[in-house]
This record gives sequence, structure tokens and C-alpha cells, in this order.
Amino acid sequence: MSLRRNVMLGALVASSLVSPGFAYDFGRPATPDEIKLWDVDVRPDGKGLPKGSGTVAHGKSVYEEKCQACHGPNGEGGVKDRLVGGQDTLASASPTKTVGSFWPYATTLYDYIQRAMPYYAPGSLSVDDTYAVAAYILSLNGILPEDGKLDKETLPKIKMPNRDGFITELEFRKITNPR
Amino acid sequence: MTSSSDNMLAPSDRGVASRRRFLTASVGVAGTVVAGRSLAGTLADVPARPPGAPLSGHGERSEYVHLGRLPEAGPGMRKVDPADAINSKTPLDKLVGIITPTDLHYERSHSGVPDLDPAKHRLLIHGMVQKALVLTVDDLKAMPSVSRIHFIECTGNGWENWKKADPTLTVQNTHGLVSTNEWTGVPLRFLIDLVGKDRRSTWMLAEGGDGAGVDRSIPLTDEIMNEAIVAYGQNGEPLRPSNGFPIRLLMPGFEGNLNIKWLRRLKFGDQPWMTRWETARYTQLLANGKAMQFQLRMETNSVITSPSGMVEIRPGYNRITGLAWSGHGKIVKVEISTNGAKTWKEAQLNHPVLRKAHTRFQMDWEWDGKPTKIVSRSTDEKGNVQPDRKSVIARMGENALFHYNGQQTWAVDAAGRVTNVLA
Repeated sequence: MSLRRNVMLGALVASSLVSPGFAYDFGRPATPDEIKLWDVDVRPDGKGLPKGSGTVAHGKSVYEEKCQACHGPNGEGGVKDRLVGGQDTLASASPTKTVGSFWPYATTLYDYIQRAMPYYAPGSLSVDDTYAVAAYILSLNGILPEDGKLDKETLPKIKMPNRDGFITELEFRKITNPR
Repeated sequence: MTSSSDNMLAPSDRGVASRRRFLTASVGVAGTVVAGRSLAGTLADVPARPPGAPLSGHGERSEYVHLGRLPEAGPGMRKVDPADAINSKTPLDKLVGIITPTDLHYERSHSGVPDLDPAKHRLLIHGMVQKALVLTVDDLKAMPSVSRIHFIECTGNGWENWKKADPTLTVQNTHGLVSTNEWTGVPLRFLIDLVGKDRRSTWMLAEGGDGAGVDRSIPLTDEIMNEAIVAYGQNGEPLRPSNGFPIRLLMPGFEGNLNIKWLRRLKFGDQPWMTRWETARYTQLLANGKAMQFQLRMETNSVITSPSGMVEIRPGYNRITGLAWSGHGKIVKVEISTNGAKTWKEAQLNHPVLRKAHTRFQMDWEWDGKPTKIVSRSTDEKGNVQPDRKSVIARMGENALFHYNGQQTWAVDAAGRVTNVLA
């Protein structure tokens, strides 16, 4: 038994030693076209934002049709998250965290709407409608003028009121790894 | 530290069996604890032994056992329609040992539970890698695997007690958003090597295949790269749908929502994406109006599960038991106070004591029948001691909403009724 075990152990060690050269054949290469279908995330620097644009005015009509039932008229008073107001409440006993008072990046608004909203049909808004709804919500918060318009160039340039309101946990401020 | 193998065999006429709920109105869908005294007076009254039921393909719980999770919404929003629930809590008061039964593992879902056919599910790994890959569930199952016993805890666990203590809460209400299971899957580092991660990549986006497409940026520290798992197994069987079937990310010791369920994409990058979840949602609003971001590790914690909220105890012998856990590693000590945190006694830890997993503790207690408060506090291998409520509030204020790990106090009144209090 022990001899056999040693042999097997030896084989195990040998195989782990040669493993860098082992011909793993798991999965298949992802093609650029199919990656595009799923690669929808948007970063604060605007990387990932698609071509297209939307106006506040168009956003208002999209919002009234697709968003208002849950989020209320003008972004408040609905059964789901309030989107407007709350500035100057964050240090109070009843803080109101909204897009206007709390969200640090406008790009997050685009990313979240296109992936998760509307709740019952996530991913159903067109690129232009998504820019438009984001523009409308920002205008309700006084961050974009009523005749405002958003696209991949202008959205990342918006400075949200609470942009400097976050402190990164010390442990994760600078990530280094050897792999 | 000692262990005891017979600690769950409490005499049937005292201890757990003699406790009963004193306010049935507060009992949720989990059902009531009947647990009266034994109905059989003498051995002659014990029923005879007729042949039993036919053998079956599925081992159901006894008809005498009533266990259930409790769907709830935000703090104070209990007894909601399951359609309006945002989480479902584990009945910690009714469980023994450290492993949570699979169907009772807590759940937090952001857009319901998707119905995913594993044959059609895919995991895309791309970004800063040498070769982007599409993997099937079978591909993952064919890879070298590991099994690890770890807790997962929702960042909102304990959030009922930030501002006030509702005296009708059970430990399922206060702490039911933490569970421990055995998870099986592929080490993240194997996948990292498989795709040839660029060494300059320091963050990874993990995205779920649920309606919300929940996504979180994960810092690629050595610890995370060494311990994270793409899991397909839960307590020896495929994941349950509410826990991410067919695959989920397992992030031992870190916020529950980082353990992305229904995982469908891993993207390597060099900075966080600042998703809604890591900016607007799972951040910690401090008293000064600033918010802590990427407070990802779950803290050193413990709770007495018996006796706990809404049970009644009798004077004399009582066994105190509960669970301790820490995202920093192993629990090394649990202390219990039976006089409102004035003095402390070290509890016994039951083996096994595992890293980033529930540890069961227990202590004998002779209750003198006078009103008092019982409290537990844990210490982990990194020397972190579970703080009292005052310290948590001093550090985080009352608006942080998540990561509440203050010592849980249960008050006992002269009638033996146990209730949730702040301290």
C-alpha cells in the first residue's frame, strides 16, 4: 500500500511540476464580437460609454413612460428609490441619499440604468434613451440645464455634488499583486 | 479551548426544550417552536414501534420539525409580502452546530432569483488578459476543485439595531443574514492563470446574470486571489438557485454582495468601476456626512443564539450557546457576560474552529432569577475584539446602515423573558 501510495504521490508531484506545460483545454476563446455583446460596463473616465446621445427633454418623456411608476413624478414620491434632492442632509439624523445628494459619478447612472432598469425589462432602453433619462435625472437635481444633452464626451466631465464625499478603506487604496 | 461532542444532548426537561415563545404574535412564517415538555409521562406512554413509512427518494424533515427562513425588507420592514422582500433570514435560533442547512442559507437578491439553465449558462473572462475565454459550467466542473467551509454575511446583517432596538425581535430578525456552508469550486487563481492575467491588472469586475446584472469591483489582493472560488457546489450538491445556481463567486470573509451570484462575467482591469452597488448602495455614511467606500471585509462578530429574543427561560441551569465569526480569520476566544457586560467569562469553543467560518460556543449558566443582560464578544486570530455598541456608534455614527458588529445584548426580565436591547 505504502509503496503504491508513494508511487502515486510521486506521480502527483511530477505532474504538478510539469503543470505549466500541461495542455489545459478548458473552454474556448471569446470572439471580439461576442465580448462586445456583454462588455457593457462604464468607468468613471467614460471608458465603455457607447456612441449616441440624449437630451433632457427626451429623457423626460422616456422617464414618464418607463420610470415614473416606481420612482414618482419628477424623481420623488414613488414606491422605489428617490432620485432627487437630499442635498445637505447627509450629516443629519435622517440622511436622504439620492443621485443628486450622494452619487459620486455621473457615469454610474448610465451604467446602472442600462444594466438594471427599468426593473421589469432591464437592458431594454436604447443607448439614446439611456443618455436621455440620465440627463433628465441630472437636470431634476440641478446638475444639468433643462436644455442639456449628454453623450460619451460630456457625461464623464460632469462633476457630481458629492464627488469628494467618499473615503476609500485604507486596505484597498493601493492594490499591488505579484500575479 | 475544549470541545464537547455531546453538548447538543441537553436533558429534555430543561434547557432548549423548556423554552417557548412568549409572544406568538411576533412569530413569522418560520413557524412556532412548540417544544413543550415531553408528552410521554412514563416509558409505558412512549408509543409502540410499528413499521415505518416507505423509503423515499428524498429525505424530508420530520413533521415535528418546523424550520424556515424569514423574508424581510429593510430595517423595521418585517412581515412583508415575499414579493416585496429584499432578503430572507436564517433561523439561527433553531440551528445547531456550524453548518447552515442548504435550504436555510440566508438569501439577499437584488432582482429576484433567475431561472438559469446550466446548459445555456456561460462565464466570460476577459479584459486585461492574454486570452479571453468562454467557459461552460461543465468546463468549470472539469477543473481542479477545492472545498472550503466559510460563512457568507450580508453587509446589512445587524442593521435592525443601528438606531433603536425593537424588543420583539428574534435572533433570526437581528442576525439571520449570515450562514456557513461548504462551498466547492475552482480557485480563482487557477482561472487567473488560465486566461493569463496581465500583472498590471489590480481590480476585477464580477457580474451576475440576474435581472439587475449586479456587479462589483474586487481588489485583487494576494488574499483574495488565493482564497476566492468560482463555486458550483454547496454542501455537497449543486448551488441552490437562491444562492447563485449554477455558479457564484465565493469571497471568503468579505461582504455578501461581493459573492456575485449567477456569475456570468469576470473582467480584469486596473481600477474600480464605481458601480452603483459600490457607490450609492454598499457604502457607509458617517456622522459627518462623508461615506466609507470599499469597506469590504466583514468584521469580528458573535451572537448568543440561545437563549435569545422572544424566548422564556427558568431560573437555575441554562446553557448559553451561540455563533462567532470573523472576516479576518479564525475565532480564538468568545467571552460571555451574564451581568450586562460588567464581568466576562470565557466560553467553550466547539471544534472545528475554522477560518472565516462560524464557530459554535457555549457556556453553562446558573440564572438566579433576577433581571439581567447577557452579552457575547468574540476575538479573532488577528487580535480584533468585537466592539461594544458604544464604540461602533462612536466610530461610524448611526447612519452607516451596514457592517453593524456591535455586541448583541439580550435582556432577561424577572419572568425569564428574553428581549432585544441596545446594551
